[in-house]
Amino acid sequence: MLCNIQVTVNGRSYASAVEPRLLLVHYLRDVLGLTGTHIGCDTSQCGACTVLLNGKAVKSCTVFAVQADGGIILTVEGLAKDGKLHPVQEGFWEEHGLQCGFCTPGMIMASYALLQRNPNPTEAEIRHALEGNLCRCTGYQNIVRAVQWASRQMAETQPTPAPRRRAGRRSR
Amino acid sequence: MVISKLVGARIKRKEDPRLITGGGTYTDDVRLPGMLYMAVLRSPHAHARIKRIDLGKALSHPGVVAALTGEEVKQVCDPIPALGPIEGMKLALRPPLAVGKVTHVGEGVVALVAESRYQARDALDLVEVEYEPLPANVDPERAMRRGAPVIHEHLKTNLAYSIKQSVGDVEGAFQRAAGTVKARLVEQRLIPLAMECRAVVAHYEPGPGTLTIWNTTQNPHVLRGFLASMLHLPENRIRVIAPDVGGGFGSKIDTYPEEALAALFSIRLGRPVKWAEERMENFQATIHGRGQLQEIEVAYDQDGGITALRVRIWADLGAYCQTFTHAIPTLTLTMLNGPYKIPNLAWELYGVYTNKTPTDAYRGAGRPEATYLLERALDLVAHRLGRDPTEVRRRNFIPKDAFPYKTAVGTVYDSGDYEGALDKVLRLANYTALRREQQERLQRGDRKLLGIGLSTFVEICGFAPNMPDNATVRVEPTGSVTVFTGTSPHGQGEETAFAQIVAEELGVPMEDITVVHGDTLTTPQGYGTLGSRTLPVGGTAVYQAAKTVKEKAVQLAAHLLKVTPDKVSYEGGRFFVEDIPDRKVSWKEVAEKAYSPPPELPADFEPGLLATVYFKPSNFTFPFGAHIAVVEVDRETGDVQVVNYFAVDDCGHRINPLLVEGQLHGGIAQGIAQDLYEEVVYDQNGQLLTNSLMNYAVPNPAMLPSYTLEASVTPTPVNPLGAKGVGELGTIGATPAVVNAVADALKPLGVDPAQVQMACTPERVWRLIQQAQRRRR
Ligand code: FES
Ligand code: FES
Repeated sequence: MLCNIQVTVNGRSYASAVEPRLLLVHYLRDVLGLTGTHIGCDTSQCGACTVLLNGKAVKSCTVFAVQADGGIILTVEGLAKDGKLHPVQEGFWEEHGLQCGFCTPGMIMASYALLQRNPNPTEAEIRHALEGNLCRCTGYQNIVRAVQWASRQMAETQPTPAPRRRAGRRSR
Repeated sequence: MVISKLVGARIKRKEDPRLITGGGTYTDDVRLPGMLYMAVLRSPHAHARIKRIDLGKALSHPGVVAALTGEEVKQVCDPIPALGPIEGMKLALRPPLAVGKVTHVGEGVVALVAESRYQARDALDLVEVEYEPLPANVDPERAMRRGAPVIHEHLKTNLAYSIKQSVGDVEGAFQRAAGTVKARLVEQRLIPLAMECRAVVAHYEPGPGTLTIWNTTQNPHVLRGFLASMLHLPENRIRVIAPDVGGGFGSKIDTYPEEALAALFSIRLGRPVKWAEERMENFQATIHGRGQLQEIEVAYDQDGGITALRVRIWADLGAYCQTFTHAIPTLTLTMLNGPYKIPNLAWELYGVYTNKTPTDAYRGAGRPEATYLLERALDLVAHRLGRDPTEVRRRNFIPKDAFPYKTAVGTVYDSGDYEGALDKVLRLANYTALRREQQERLQRGDRKLLGIGLSTFVEICGFAPNMPDNATVRVEPTGSVTVFTGTSPHGQGEETAFAQIVAEELGVPMEDITVVHGDTLTTPQGYGTLGSRTLPVGGTAVYQAAKTVKEKAVQLAAHLLKVTPDKVSYEGGRFFVEDIPDRKVSWKEVAEKAYSPPPELPADFEPGLLATVYFKPSNFTFPFGAHIAVVEVDRETGDVQVVNYFAVDDCGHRINPLLVEGQLHGGIAQGIAQDLYEEVVYDQNGQLLTNSLMNYAVPNPAMLPSYTLEASVTPTPVNPLGAKGVGELGTIGATPAVVNAVADALKPLGVDPAQVQMACTPERVWRLIQQAQRRRR
């Protein structure tokens, strides 16, 4: 049995017929070819698959594609605008927040979600907010710095925090 | 950007733009038309005979195309080779699928392919296998005793090899000793856990008869050679590509069954085949790290000088020798002296097969095991003598003017300044103030005890004199440069570091340099990225190839400028005649002329502007350092937190400190992970109890501290870069530091430091506290 779903991913709308058991992460990767979202585990622990669904960070390995029907999804591929990196991406680059890069899309999306709700987090808040994301390469110190870098950068470019709350829904 | 100085520029990575935008290509991202998906049925038993396999139902499941059993694979594919077997050892090679018997939980029994991932997975449930369970070997010490169930019957024993040797007068030293200490230490098994699990795509094209393999490998050339011999294919018809690889930490050095199985299906069916490991498979089917039981005995004089060391090691090899399984524990022996002048040593090493996943290289690979036992030993001596651990270390260090230094075990160290590193880290940590705070907490009776742990260490890196590596530096006709390397970075950032070396040497902007790696079609035979070798060996080859190219460019420029080469200077992308700066020719012009030589060039001028160079180091390199871990131990709950971590590391010259620090952060994190959190647990039947991220505690961001680093720089004479390699340094230093800190914190409660074992989980620490208190009552 196939189910029809319609989703908006990175501002583009897609209609697909999918098996009810198809995981969102497999839908994004195998059906839409958006392979920036990764799979690092099978128990919902690693966060490599993190995307934003209707403005909230979710582990896309723990959501069925059918549950996302009608939803708006933002993946790492949709963060940069007109060839300009999002400050969170830039932060990871500036602060050497990645090595192998496998955890990075999930880390970036989780950090993005964190900064939406808390534009100026402390180190402890960053570490706590990213508890659901594992990185085996960096020891996390530079990931923390990357988020702090982005937080500073975003404060400079977008002084009022209010509209950012809905940024996850703003799709292109 | 043109860098003005090769050493020391903190340059942002060239590889990042693709990785932060989702534009990387990892193996599981490769999609080919008509691709099939492979799944592997794995043994639920640690040790069992396979009585019957029925593929009927699985094969008739929708989408399933073919299936293979071990017996079928055996006809067409040899077992995975092991590199450099130890003389006289009993070698158990891993067949791609189990034949007749399974020897560990997770061993592959049946492989099948289907039109989709989900169909392949569904079909696994329909394969029927009947097993006759056998008693399992879990403990290596017992597995080598008479009467233990033999895993590989043709070998007649589970003892793969034993090594027994001594240097100096060990017996005499023990008789004359002022005191001796003993300990039994456990180096628990670990899961390497690269965030990207393993994956392979095999694509056989019957027309040209070529097999292309995309794989999560650290050394594509070695994999190509292994596959050629296993599958009986000519090596030059196999192309192995390591695209972006999501970490390895040693676990992706090995050749695994799935590479051969996917290739077999692809050859048979003429369609591309993909396999992507799941995390729970990764726990069972990818090698484990460490796995040693160590008995140590130390003799010392009244000043804390170590006069002799006796070591007995049982290495838990697991069920097979896979690639380097057998060799890793021997590296522990190579480094038994550490940074100390211990004159008399005796060692016994038993490599033992058990009914578990094979062990192999995991970050540090044999050297953290050596550092760990030594650093624990030095602290035990200090404890016995009532001295500060720094004092005992100073008493035993190899002095900095003694290099090159041949240790008693026979390893020749290149360069070092161990006491210098110790001094530096003591200042960095403000050691005296820490000790003061520790005392104050005790006097106040604080619930949280402070522990200060030291580790001073040296490691063997830059693998190896018998593993040369190569680079091709090719200047294109427009002047941009392509660099090809036989190393295969997977997170280390060599696209950046190598570009820096070339930019410095050729004066070409970083953005005009592209580094190509991980493809056997485009790069000459290399040994990949492992053993902290990429920069000291591969980087040196890059440097030398760039130098050769530069010399040729100068020659060509001299011809064009009609002067002798010694009159030519080069700066800012221009060759010019000294004293006549107007007589000049640009880098781009020289590059272009190299490929379309004008008539005025001498007839014997060979066109082209490129060089391929192999570098064979004369020795390994020996990076070193000194670490201080500061922990808080909750005396009520046994919980341990690392509150501060100070590290002074010396990897010689740092080409890019940003990358070096990144390696150290990650390395230290993995050391702390072994100290406090991670531990593979098997039950007595050989069932893997820690089989997923649900029950194996890989530290998340909230479980680790920030690290305070400082560099010490003692260049190596072994290569012209003076760089020693840094990939494993952090892990090697951190492993003993944190445990020594925990033992240090617990001493005032009466806990015998020799009793502290990894992983220092709250339960284990709490039990130690309880036992000590019971004894005191
Ligand atoms: S893949 Fe989703 S949490 Fe690991
Ligand atoms: S960068 Fe490799 S796992 Fe995070």
